[in-house]
Amino acid sequence: MRSSPDGASRGEIALDAISRVFGGGVIAVDQIDLNIRAGEFFTLLGPSGCGKTTLLRMIAGFETPDAGRIVISGREMQNVPAHLRAVNTVFQSYALFPHLSVAENIEFGLRMRRIASPDRKKRVDQIMALLQIDAFARRNPAQLSGGQRQRVALARALVNEPDVVLLDEPLSALDAKLRAELQVELMRMQKRLGMTFVFVTHDQHEALVMSDRMAVMERGRLLQVGPVLDVYEQPRSVFVAEFLGQSNIWKFASHTGNVAQTPIGDLVVATPIGTQRTAMIRPEKIWLYPEAEAPGDRPNLFPGTVREAIYQGAATHYHVELVGGAMILALDTNNQAAERSWGPGEKLVLELKPGNIMLIDG
Amino acid sequence: MAAIINAPQSGSAERAERLARAWRLWVTAGPGLVWIVLFLVLPSLVLLAIGFFSIGDYGNPHLPLTLTPIREVAGYSILGWSPANITTIARSLLQAISAAGLTILLAYPVVFFIIAQPAALRPLLLLFVILPSWTNQVVRTYAWMELLGPGSTLSHLAQTLGLLPSHLGLMPGILAMQIGLTYNYLPYMVVPLYAAAEKLDWSLVEAGRDLYASGSRLFWSAVFPQTIPGLLSGIILVAIPAFGDYVVPTLLGGGKSMMIGALIAAQFLQTPNWPYGAALTIFMLIFTGAGLWVFRVMSKRLGSAEGSML
Repeated sequence: MRSSPDGASRGEIALDAISRVFGGGVIAVDQIDLNIRAGEFFTLLGPSGCGKTTLLRMIAGFETPDAGRIVISGREMQNVPAHLRAVNTVFQSYALFPHLSVAENIEFGLRMRRIASPDRKKRVDQIMALLQIDAFARRNPAQLSGGQRQRVALARALVNEPDVVLLDEPLSALDAKLRAELQVELMRMQKRLGMTFVFVTHDQHEALVMSDRMAVMERGRLLQVGPVLDVYEQPRSVFVAEFLGQSNIWKFASHTGNVAQTPIGDLVVATPIGTQRTAMIRPEKIWLYPEAEAPGDRPNLFPGTVREAIYQGAATHYHVELVGGAMILALDTNNQAAERSWGPGEKLVLELKPGNIMLIDG
Repeated sequence: MAAIINAPQSGSAERAERLARAWRLWVTAGPGLVWIVLFLVLPSLVLLAIGFFSIGDYGNPHLPLTLTPIREVAGYSILGWSPANITTIARSLLQAISAAGLTILLAYPVVFFIIAQPAALRPLLLLFVILPSWTNQVVRTYAWMELLGPGSTLSHLAQTLGLLPSHLGLMPGILAMQIGLTYNYLPYMVVPLYAAAEKLDWSLVEAGRDLYASGSRLFWSAVFPQTIPGLLSGIILVAIPAFGDYVVPTLLGGGKSMMIGALIAAQFLQTPNWPYGAALTIFMLIFTGAGLWVFRVMSKRLGSAEGSML
């Protein structure tokens, strides 16, 4: 790891009680503390208007925090304007210079830093080869497809070898297939170059696929920060559980030991219940059985009737009405769809294994 | 059977459709076309023809046809060749170019000041720039005569500073003419530049800052290129009328700084020589036409043709 004088790693970001209030008293970012580690792929996930882009813009230097400190690579950023930060941004709209060719766009940052011409050319050629855009080096941005523009925007940031690369929903304008391709490519680039990537998205799937760690934001606050797996498997709030992936959520008023009295009936959970009053289970963690094959001797078995079956190729979503009338969403992988599938009106039994049920505060 | 019956029917439908299309074309484009032919194309052709006539007793066109007026434009007369015309054309051109240059220098700060204001205030500020051009040019130029003439405060100031002999004013002269042209044509630079600057893509400015540009380098790399379409339109709107301007050179320029507009007017009003005046006018038309064409090529090369007024 590359180190800076005071011991902090190059590419490390520390946000200390950062706030940003817009005119009219709208609090866009509300006292956020966050440490982003050097060399990690970090994602800020949240619905539009949650403050994630504002946070990113403050790291870039386009916005000034009203309170708090930003430290990048061990250096306080208070009085450092955007053009002096070792940070480069991939903009949502790409923001390529229309009057410059692809190669000139990529060269721009190096030229502004007065890097010598032969060195400049070498670095531009290298990054264009790496991103496979060398074939249209002489073209104008207007002549490129969305995916190509995206690569150019990425190359324009990466060629400067910044400590941190900021990406503001860079894939949102692309079609699904291209997006999937570029997701993989972005991850590969990041691992290969070892730079810190801070990625902003409202797409939970993108966040899950790409990040090492992520933060879920809502209304200017961080709800949960952690490795992707932790955030998905152990959401600490209803908002996180619902925003990241799909979930079945029940509030319960009373419990005895490790049995919660929920609207769908008594639910046995794996650990004793403390102060939590919400139970959650992901649709894919529900086991489905034909009526005849249901294991009779286990807890949390719920017979029900399929009301809707949504076939999605690899998996099928079942909206199941339980005996008491409550609806539950279950997902079944189609590894044996021919022998095992249910149509609307057909009966089945669901098993909510205690270990798969998460308890959430509030 | 069906085909035999259908064929003439579809033929007549097609003919009706063609008639309707011709009718629509004439109704929409017709009046304008008639206007242009009657008041632009025909007079220009008449003028072109007059340029090849001899001069009559009263300066009017007269037979036989001759190339004398054309030769006169090039500077040849019965007295031999004189550089006077070329000097006049060159001076007009120079005045037009420097008027365009000065309006550019003045318009950029004005435009960026205006777009820095709240959106609700901008139309009003723009109106302040445009408003004077709705009053008569002669009146406004007379005001400058007062401001710059002998005995004016500005002239006194120039005399005190030793820039001007004591009996003269800043007007008439080249300087006064330049001030008059710049003043008159400033709105024609501000408006197209404003149109370009208001559409400015600020994310490009952020991209420039993100990529280590600041100050003047940020302006030249991220802002200026976006205003080029407006700039080219402005240059055309200023330089072409300034090149042939008649009021300003006549009122502020004085006798020693003849411009092509005044030279042409003189051929019809003072020492009548219609064929020579016509030949000069045709020359000016061709000259400005060539200038426009050069600009068109330039703006196409800059890839900004769709944004400019060409």
